[in-house]
Amino acid sequence: MTQPIIRLSGLDKFYGEFQALSQIDLDIQTGEFFSLLGPSGCGKTTLLRAIAGFETLSSGSLHIDGVSMEGVPANKRPTNMVFQSYAIFPHMSVAENIAYGLKARKLPKAEIKASVAEAINMVGLEGFDDRASHALSGGQRQRVALARALVLKPRVLLLDEPLSALDKKLREQMQSELRRLQRAVGITFVLVTHDQEEALTMSDRIAVMFDGKIEQVASPQILYGKPSTRKVAAFIGMMNFLDAKVLTTSGDNLEVEVQSLGKLTLPLEQATGGLDGCNSVGVRPEMLTILMGSQTSEREIEAEVTEVYYYGDMTYYDVKLPAKEDPITVTMRNTAGREVLEVGAKARVGWSTSSLLLLK
Amino acid sequence: MRGKIGFFKWFIGFFLLFLYGPAILLPVFAFNASSIVSFPLSGFTTEWFSVLLTNGTLHVAARNSLLIAVTTAIFSTLLAVLAARASTRFSFFGRRSIMGFVMLPMVLPEIIIGVSLLVVIIQMGFELSLWSITMGHILICTPFCIAILSSAFMNLDKSLEEASFDLGQTRWNTFWLVIFPLVMPGIVASLLIAFTISLDEFIIAFFLAGTEPTLPVYIWGQLRFPAKLPGLMALGTVLLLVSIGLLLIADFFRRRGIRKTGIENTGGFL
Repeated sequence: MTQPIIRLSGLDKFYGEFQALSQIDLDIQTGEFFSLLGPSGCGKTTLLRAIAGFETLSSGSLHIDGVSMEGVPANKRPTNMVFQSYAIFPHMSVAENIAYGLKARKLPKAEIKASVAEAINMVGLEGFDDRASHALSGGQRQRVALARALVLKPRVLLLDEPLSALDKKLREQMQSELRRLQRAVGITFVLVTHDQEEALTMSDRIAVMFDGKIEQVASPQILYGKPSTRKVAAFIGMMNFLDAKVLTTSGDNLEVEVQSLGKLTLPLEQATGGLDGCNSVGVRPEMLTILMGSQTSEREIEAEVTEVYYYGDMTYYDVKLPAKEDPITVTMRNTAGREVLEVGAKARVGWSTSSLLLLK
Repeated sequence: MRGKIGFFKWFIGFFLLFLYGPAILLPVFAFNASSIVSFPLSGFTTEWFSVLLTNGTLHVAARNSLLIAVTTAIFSTLLAVLAARASTRFSFFGRRSIMGFVMLPMVLPEIIIGVSLLVVIIQMGFELSLWSITMGHILICTPFCIAILSSAFMNLDKSLEEASFDLGQTRWNTFWLVIFPLVMPGIVASLLIAFTISLDEFIIAFFLAGTEPTLPVYIWGQLRFPAKLPGLMALGTVLLLVSIGLLLIADFFRRRGIRKTGIENTGGFL
C-alpha cells in the first residue's frame, strides 16, 4: 500500500479535564473521500480542526504526506477547509473571495485571474464574479467556499458539516455535486457529518466516532452490513436487537441461544466484532419479511402487529415476538398486490440465519 | 383612541422643544444685531462671526481643543481596539474583573477623576499642560470606545479569521485584510465619539489646564463679560454645525459598512 496522505497515531486532545479525543489512530489514503461520522460532541469536528491546525494536540502525532505537522501552523499546512458557516468574506466579491488564497501566495496577477476563472467554472458560478458575497444564496455561498479552497489545490480538503445549513433538496443536489467534484479534482476529501445518510452516499470510507474514540472505520457497505459493535449498528440505520448467548464454538461455527428465535448455528464470521462479550443479535428491518398467503422463508416465527407506519412506498411494522417484551421493526416494500396489515393482526415473520449479526 | 394619539403628539412636541429649543436659540442670537441677549430681536448681523475670526485667544483655545480631541480620539480608539479584541477573542485569567475596572471611568464622577489626576500630576512634579488634559480625556473616553468596539468585534464571525489563516494568509495580514475592514464602521464611530466627548469636556480640562485653556474652559471664562455673550453665541453656532456634521459623517460610514457587509440595519447607536 502507498503512503497514506494523513496518518494519525495515538492522538489525544484534552480541554482541561475533558478528553475530547482519545487515542486516535487513523490512516487516510490519497484520493479518498473520507467521512468522520458521529453524534454531536463526539469529537469529529475537533479531529478535523486538529488536522487543519486550529487545535493543538495534547499528545500523539499527525503526519500529512509523510511530514510531521507538529508546530506547523494552519497557514503553512497543505490542507484547506470549508467551514460550517462557509466564512465567506462579506466585504469581498465572489472573485475576490476565491482569489484570496492565491494573493496570499503572491502569485502573478494573470495567473490568479486564470485560476479564479477556472475555479468559478468548476463550481458552476459563471457570471457571478463581481456579485457581492452577501447577495448570494446558501447554495452559492457553499460553492464559493468550495472554489476558494480548491483553487489552492490542497493535498487535503477538509469539510466541516458543509451541507447542514442547506434545505433537504439542495443538500441532496450538493451531495452528488461534491462527489462529482471530488472525482474530478482527485483531491482527498475529509468530511465531518452527523448525517449517516450523507456519509453513506458520499464516502469511500467512514470512521464512526463516539465520545472521542473511533469505533469503526470501514466502507459504507461494510459499516451498514457488518457493523462491528452494537453502538455502530444502532447509529447507522435501523437495527433490531435480540438478547443472545454463545453456547459453544466448534470450528467455524457457533452454537447460539437467541431470544425468541431459539437455538441456532451461526458461522463465526457473523460475529463481526469478534467473539468477546457478544450478548446480542442484530437484524436489519429490511432483512425480515412478513409472509403472505403461501409464501415461505428459510425460517419463520409467529408475531403480532402492534403498530403500522404507512409511508406510501414502504410500510414499517412494529411486531411483537413471543418471549420478547419490546416489539421489533419490519419494513416492507409496498409492491403490487401486497396488502397492508392492521394493528392486532397475526403475522408470520420470515427470517434467515445469514442476516443475523452477533454483536457486543 | 383619538384622545390618546392627541396626547402623544403633544408629548412628543414638548419633548422635542425641551431638547432642542435652547440649541435653536444659539443661531438666533448669533445673528441678532444687539449685544444684549434678549427678545425682541433687533436686526440681522454677521458681526459676531467676524469677531470670532479676529479673536486670537479664541483661536489658540480652539486649536488646543482640536489637538487634544484628535489625540484623545486616536489613542482611546487604539487602546479600545486592543481591549475589545482581547476581551472578545481570548479568555484569560481575571478577564471579567479587568474589563470591569477598565470600564469604571465611564461611571466615575469626572470631578473625582479631575481632582485625583491633578494631585497625582503635581505630586509627581509634572507641569500641567495639554498633555495632562489629553491623558485625562483618554481615561474617560476609552470606556466609551471599548463599549462601541466590543460589539463590533463580537459580531465578527470567528471562522472568518480562521478561513483567512487557513487560506495561507499570516495573522498580521488577516487583521488588516479581514478584521479591520469589517470593524471599520466601529472604529470610525469610536473615533468620533471620543472626539466629541473630548471636545466639549469641561471639568477635567478645567482642573488640569495650566496656562493653555481649551475651548470649553475659554468659553466659561468669557461668560463673566456680558459684552462677549453674542460672540459666544456665534461660537456655539459653529460648534453646533460641526457636531451635526460629525454625526452625519458617522452615520454615512455606518450605513456604508452595513451595505458592504450585508448585515441587517439595526439602527445603530446614532
